[in-house]
Amino acid sequence: MSAIDNPTTASAREAAPPRPLWQVIVIRPETMTLVLLILALLGASLLSPYFLDVRYILDSFTLSAEFAMVALVLTMVIIAGEIDLSPAANMALSACLFAYAQQAGIPIPIAILIGLVAGLVMGAINGLMVIRLQIPSIIVTIGTLTLYRGIAQVIAGDKSIRVPDWFTGINNVLVAGLPVPVIIFVVMSVVLGLVLGTTIFGRQIYQIGTNEVAARHAGIRSQRIKMGLFLLMGLVSAVAGMITSSRLGSVRYDLGLGGELQMVLMAMLGGTYIFGGRGTILGTFLAAWLLVIVSTGMTVANVLPAVQLVVLGVLLVVSIIATNAIYSRTQR
Amino acid sequence: MNALRHILLRREAGILVMIALFCLAVGAAKPQFLTLDSLRIILLLTPLIMIGAMGQMLVIVARHVDLSIGSMLGFSAMVTGMMFKFYPEIWWPIGFLVSIGIGAMLGLVNGVLVTLFRLPAIIVTLGTLNLYRGLTYIVSNAKQIDRQFVPSALKSMSQTSPVFGIPWIIFISLGVALLTYYFVMHTRVGRQIFALGSNPAAAPLRGIAVTRVTLLVFTISGALSGLAGILYASRWGFVNPSNTGAGFEFQVIAAVVIGGVSINGGVGTVLGTVLGVLLLGCVAAALPLLGIPGTTQNAIYGAVILVALLIDRTVRRQGIASLSARARA
Repeated sequence: MSAIDNPTTASAREAAPPRPLWQVIVIRPETMTLVLLILALLGASLLSPYFLDVRYILDSFTLSAEFAMVALVLTMVIIAGEIDLSPAANMALSACLFAYAQQAGIPIPIAILIGLVAGLVMGAINGLMVIRLQIPSIIVTIGTLTLYRGIAQVIAGDKSIRVPDWFTGINNVLVAGLPVPVIIFVVMSVVLGLVLGTTIFGRQIYQIGTNEVAARHAGIRSQRIKMGLFLLMGLVSAVAGMITSSRLGSVRYDLGLGGELQMVLMAMLGGTYIFGGRGTILGTFLAAWLLVIVSTGMTVANVLPAVQLVVLGVLLVVSIIATNAIYSRTQR
Repeated sequence: MNALRHILLRREAGILVMIALFCLAVGAAKPQFLTLDSLRIILLLTPLIMIGAMGQMLVIVARHVDLSIGSMLGFSAMVTGMMFKFYPEIWWPIGFLVSIGIGAMLGLVNGVLVTLFRLPAIIVTLGTLNLYRGLTYIVSNAKQIDRQFVPSALKSMSQTSPVFGIPWIIFISLGVALLTYYFVMHTRVGRQIFALGSNPAAAPLRGIAVTRVTLLVFTISGALSGLAGILYASRWGFVNPSNTGAGFEFQVIAAVVIGGVSINGGVGTVLGTVLGVLLLGCVAAALPLLGIPGTTQNAIYGAVILVALLIDRTVRRQGIASLSARARA
């Protein structure tokens, strides 16, 4: 044991001392999101005394609930080391197909089924190109983003398609005082949070994102899991598309236009690491509320939509920088 | 014979064949497609995309991507348009300097975010895509710059020139392509972009100033978007805060990937990119002739991107396969 005789070598080989427990708990991106959330709440309520109204916040949350649902799945996709920029276009196309089908006289349940299957197919196309053909997901989903919305434009033209009256207004239906989209979002957060945080499947997603080659050698079916994530992405996007069409009462090809920014922003603000392997559903859950409060706060304060766009862009960049900084600190 | 084989085996030959087949097929259905008039239409459709594609090609060769070019185009066009509107006494060619300078600054911001904070370009430029678009609304107060404010000398650049009446903007775009060719083939920095893109880990070991090259690439992409911005004002005669440059990035990326620029970096030629732009122009010119509504354009761009990706991947596979076959022989 010459290493012990030589103190310099020994200390060099020794593992770094474990960080104190409070640091492990406190210094993490989700804390940043939570602090920002509280600050945003304080700031918004200072701007307008009417802001701190639970009803009003819940109502405004229904406007982004669809994006928030997709952002939850997107978080898992990013943790697995991939990205998907096409879900907003997917929402538009599946909603257009659904609306077109029901307008053509197909019974509503079948029309909904058509929309959902279309969403799955779109997810499968992304997955096949990324996994089977080994093309980077970033560029594949830029292509499919253009393609899906383009097809929606072909189907719907420049007109908007109305959906039947009884189908509209899902955001006004209350269950136990909560709008239905909010309930769906919360339930999805809990389920996906448990899957990602407590199951073997969830740990495997993290392992794939950290080091896919190592994960495959450890016997993880990384291709199958990633394919599953892309399929889930497609399905949830289609559901979100239906909910949006119910909320708006009509469908146009530009439904959810630019939504990919908000979804990526929610995931990034929640501390998901853009290079994969780190992130939590809790973070994205908090970030979704943060984003809603920031944007409704700005609306209440009469900030122009254009300025809001700028704020969102800045937030995205700042949140990635902050997340990277936190992770590079805790890695050492 | 060997020389001919060599030419035919090149990637660009495939695109040329695709253009020829496409034109013949459309010409068979609508003979008026194969006339000088439609050549003029095609050439007028392409200059902006050509200029944007040169910048995007450099960025993609360096293994990044720039999604914000449409917004950079819109912002620099808007600022230049406002200069024309509120300071009509300024000599109008100064507008070129203003537009290109502003574009270069916006591009530099992208570059700084990518290099200094080590962020993936796709996320940064997705953010700045929205950021710059928002800034365009803010500076313009969401108001359009109307036709009467754009100098007529600038507008006539898109209609004619002393040389055979071929519009100036076509010459400008060809000039940009030639300059880019010289830059990537005959300057040291130009070659370094390729070295950086084909192996980012090896580049610093070979003494390449990675940060500086990356900054330069993003700045060029921004400057060329700025140039495209003032040419947009010249071509269409107005600048609109929401429409100008919207979706430009997808057309340009489509053109670049059709042109054989590999999204894995390090591979791409100016000639290929020019041919990719022309193919896109032929498709865009053929649609109205064939009675296909303009709403299908986006779907076609998307499909074209995906098909080009498939081709790129197949070529890459076969390239490696043939290399290893040669090694075994």
